[in-house]
Amino acid sequence: MIKNLAGTDLDVNEEGYLTNMNQWTEGVAAAIAAEEGVGPLVEGHWRVIRYLREQQSKGAALTIRGMGKSGVVTTKELYDLFPGGPLKKSSKIAGIPKPVGCI
Amino acid sequence: MRNLLILGAGTAGTMMANHLRRRLPRAEWRLRLVDRSEKHLYQPGLLFLPFGDYTETQIIRNTRDFLPDGVDFIHAEIGEIRPQDREVALTNGNVLGYDVLIVATGCRTAPEETEGMLGPKWRDNIHDFYTLDGARALREKLASFTGGRLVVHVNEMPVKCPVAPLEFTFLADSFFKKRGIRNQVSLTYVTPLSGAFTKPKASRKLGHLLGDKGIELVTDFVAERVDQENDQLVCYDGRVVPYDLLVTVPTNMGDEAVRRSGLGDDLDFIATHKHTLQSPEYPDVFILGDATNLPASKAGSVAHFESETLADNILRHIGGKPLKEEFDGHSNCFIESGEGKALLIDFNYEHEPHEGPFPFAFGPMRLLEESRLNHLGKLAFRHVYWNLLLKARPLPGISRQKKAPPTIAK
Repeated sequence: MIKNLAGTDLDVNEEGYLTNMNQWTEGVAAAIAAEEGVGPLVEGHWRVIRYLREQQSKGAALTIRGMGKSGVVTTKELYDLFPGGPLKKSSKIAGIPKPVGCI
Repeated sequence: MRNLLILGAGTAGTMMANHLRRRLPRAEWRLRLVDRSEKHLYQPGLLFLPFGDYTETQIIRNTRDFLPDGVDFIHAEIGEIRPQDREVALTNGNVLGYDVLIVATGCRTAPEETEGMLGPKWRDNIHDFYTLDGARALREKLASFTGGRLVVHVNEMPVKCPVAPLEFTFLADSFFKKRGIRNQVSLTYVTPLSGAFTKPKASRKLGHLLGDKGIELVTDFVAERVDQENDQLVCYDGRVVPYDLLVTVPTNMGDEAVRRSGLGDDLDFIATHKHTLQSPEYPDVFILGDATNLPASKAGSVAHFESETLADNILRHIGGKPLKEEFDGHSNCFIESGEGKALLIDFNYEHEPHEGPFPFAFGPMRLLEESRLNHLGKLAFRHVYWNLLLKARPLPGISRQKKAPPTIAK
């Protein structure tokens, strides 16, 4: 389905996650963050977002440990930056798929 | 004589030995397989062992019984993989050279990764069921459990057989009902993900199961530590979940030999091409099963589908032909939902688990629906595993690539 955010038409799935990470812009990130009650986005958020997008484009499976040990941010800071759901919210704002189990 | 070396004689390594011994000329290729254990464990059985439904003898066999003639089984611990030199050092001092290497070293639980997990109460009121020792100890514990807070906990993703913790929770519900003490037990499922079911179709179809069974759900919970003094899990955001009995799935990591060899990521999983299963760095090295870093489930069915593509690709690699970019993340599994019923799911990298008949377009089983037949299928699968799967014989009606889901009118 299509959703209009930050003046752009975006392909999203039924939970609002971007299905094409190339449609992502910083403006899109800010708009999703506002919807999720996160932010305003500061340098800490952007570091996480850039790391997630980098890992995703490498095809690596994303883990909270990966983030915690990446030196980008500690797990505790991640919860502070994206309260309530550090993985699902940061992924959504970074324009990458939601971290999921198999079902 | 050229050498093909397989590391790990679990599900994936055993299947590859069977596939390739059939297809590589014996006069030209020597096949060797290394593992630290001479016993093969039917890992899906670990889910049932704690409830007394399976015995150890039903789930353990001799590894050699599943290897064809012409495969040298080497009972040894792997020291270091040295892909630059095309050799593998064993901890007993021997060094094995290879022309083609298949790494199938699987994954292991790493409770030491979580602060406080391995304290004095490990295997007292903190248990796991992903190891044989753990499943046995939990069987004793459950037999004498008279009531209280049972918490089932997934520490972090990815874990082997990602639905097993949920299945365990469902089976525990049935187990306590059968013993007539369900009202004495509170059941809680704690996950780092945003739900027990995270994919929309499964969530819609199955979301009611937890509520129906009176299972409390705690989501987005990443454990900072286990507080053994107060018998509670502590989340990074300060939330706590108290327990009387904690059944945890500790962090899963690749084999320690992978780390010693500098070949893994931060969880010791090995970089793998997601469609060919070749190492992006070393063309003579291929990886399959739980050892890969692929965004596919760590499960026997995935290893099975991978093994078919990989057998073709090894032949192509040897013959100097381009590899097939064929593996699609196909996974297929039964999910025990308790009370003698099970679900069946089928999915891949692209398609989430969906509804429909299986196998083919007519059945007899139904995907993503609870039934008695699916449960019988899961029990029958143990025989399929020992007699067909490990020996890399074809499973009738089940293709290596996933069939596109049927379009279902809403």
